[in-house]
Amino acid sequence: MHDLVKHYRLPRDSLFSAAPTVQALRGVSFNLRTSQALGIVGESGSGKSTLARLVMALEAPTSGSVSIGGCNLNALSASDLRTARVDFQMVFQDPYGSLDPRQRVGRIVAEPLPAMGASEQQTRIDEALNAVGLRASDADKYPHEFSGGQRQRIAIARALITRPKLIVADEPVSALDVSVQAQVLNLLQDLRAHYGVAFLFISHDLAVVDHVCGNNGDEVAVMFAGRIVEQAPSEVLFHRAAHPYTRALMAAVPGNDGIKTGAPSSKVAAHAEEASLSGCSFASRCPLRQVRCDTEAPELRELTGNHLAACHFA
Amino acid sequence: MNSPLLTVTNLRVGLNTSRGPADALRGVTFSVQRGETVGLIGESGCGKSMTALAVMGLLPPTARVSGSIQFDDQELVGATEAALCQLRGNRVGMIFQEPMTALNPLHTVGAQVAEPLRQHRQMGKSASRAEALRLLERVHLPQAAQRLDAYPHQLSGGQRQRVMIAAALACGPDLLIADEPTTALDATIQGEILELLAELVNDSGMALLLISHDLGVMAQSVQRVMVMYGGMVVESGPTASVFKRLAHPYTRGLFGARPRLGAASFNGVKPRLVTIAGRVPELVDLPVGCGFADRCDRVVAACREAMPAEISVAPAHEVRCIKPHGSFPQGLRSGPFEAHGGKLE
Repeated sequence: MHDLVKHYRLPRDSLFSAAPTVQALRGVSFNLRTSQALGIVGESGSGKSTLARLVMALEAPTSGSVSIGGCNLNALSASDLRTARVDFQMVFQDPYGSLDPRQRVGRIVAEPLPAMGASEQQTRIDEALNAVGLRASDADKYPHEFSGGQRQRIAIARALITRPKLIVADEPVSALDVSVQAQVLNLLQDLRAHYGVAFLFISHDLAVVDHVCGNNGDEVAVMFAGRIVEQAPSEVLFHRAAHPYTRALMAAVPGNDGIKTGAPSSKVAAHAEEASLSGCSFASRCPLRQVRCDTEAPELRELTGNHLAACHFA
Repeated sequence: MNSPLLTVTNLRVGLNTSRGPADALRGVTFSVQRGETVGLIGESGCGKSMTALAVMGLLPPTARVSGSIQFDDQELVGATEAALCQLRGNRVGMIFQEPMTALNPLHTVGAQVAEPLRQHRQMGKSASRAEALRLLERVHLPQAAQRLDAYPHQLSGGQRQRVMIAAALACGPDLLIADEPTTALDATIQGEILELLAELVNDSGMALLLISHDLGVMAQSVQRVMVMYGGMVVESGPTASVFKRLAHPYTRGLFGARPRLGAASFNGVKPRLVTIAGRVPELVDLPVGCGFADRCDRVVAACREAMPAEISVAPAHEVRCIKPHGSFPQGLRSGPFEAHGGKLE
């Protein structure tokens, strides 16, 4: 299997230099293969958006590295990075904020393209717009003339136009209505099948992640307080969740009676606490908590095959 | 008293849009009994928030309102602002989607919870402060005593929502209107807020009108649900009945479009979601007849000629459709989240 896309990350990324430092990521590592989708599930403060920015080399990690196709992104010069960006693109959550309102759609979509002839550029724009179900004539319009779902399609067209190996999508459908969301999710599925692009798909919505990252070979990682606490193929994760936080997330899905996790609902304090520096950061909310949890941070270890969990009692 | 607490009859709201005047609500009719929990579900533009704002008298001044909103023998349409102020925060409470924008950033949490008490109960400063503390503890706000003097930006989203609920409940309203109260919150906090609302409804006997786009939230939280589309209620009934029958084509489309956690893959790939063709028309483009006509796979000529009348498909379960889906098909498990592939009779 060609590991065309590879990410290693062993970082701690501190966001603020003034005390106290915030450790947004506390050591996250994973690999992503060609055409594979990796779902990242987490709530506010889990570090998932920081992860997206680091993967896209929009920020540099405090330590650790991000490599795509064997090439360490942080070791590249600014101009080499710009060239390399052809291979990885991003789609953001907000369909209203992510498109420049003062540019026409054609120009927005073409922005990531490297320098090329005008007619070739036009061909690529038409191709990208058609791929997402828009028309070539839409290139002359402005973003405000489109609905939220259509704007997300424009954002996806922009992400696709360079035929990247990897697309990082940070909550791409959260702001959309259910029926519009379904159209965009189907589109993403079609694009995966057609272009074989790998996805790093970030969402708080378990059902959406399960849908997008549910093909054979896909995996889902659950993040909490800057670490991956569980990772497995989605079917394994959602039917045999091992980490108490994953179970709490599953139990919290409203109306989700279909999948019983057997976990007691964690009626623990909702307020964000300073995660302890030693010990498991989930301990204060965990129904399985023991003394060991407060002193010894659990490693992300293999339970079976490709099912990883960071819990002493998984 | 057996009369409903809230009766909305043929409510129409006209707005001025950039493309001319249009009706945001086109004849909404429903009622809420004392102590009942009712949900309004629909996507953007269906009119669910508009309905709540109409009940609270919070529509923009340029809105043209006709029809009737009867709250416990009092007619709200055309009522004076003074009369509406008497009701708001007193007998009718409302909480909104974005607690950060709904709360005043310049006033302490304690002051905002106490405000309805001072306004409607004429409570003094220390009495209202004591009551505000009791309310914050009632909504399980951690460290409530310290939080009385905190400002909204010092709290998390879930905590701010609890503060809003406390303020809305301060005067013991008969009706609480909650407009997407959990949408902006994390999954685990969402569950806690919904549980809190259920607990408060049970304890106080107040009615709840819950507005959400989330099918799961409805399944969990309300006894009756009303589906809205294009400014009309298109289906209404007991939650279990509506979610099982999916009689209106739009309701059925909404269910089919939702990805289901744990759905089976076919050949290693998840099946496509069943989508509703087209998209929600703008208000000015809504036709004379059924607003869903252009997107419906069961449409007939009569659908466009006039707004369909309500038909009863089950006890207390009505659908505004000429050709609603019939009894639940054989061979499919019942349950709120069965994905429906393809056409069903």
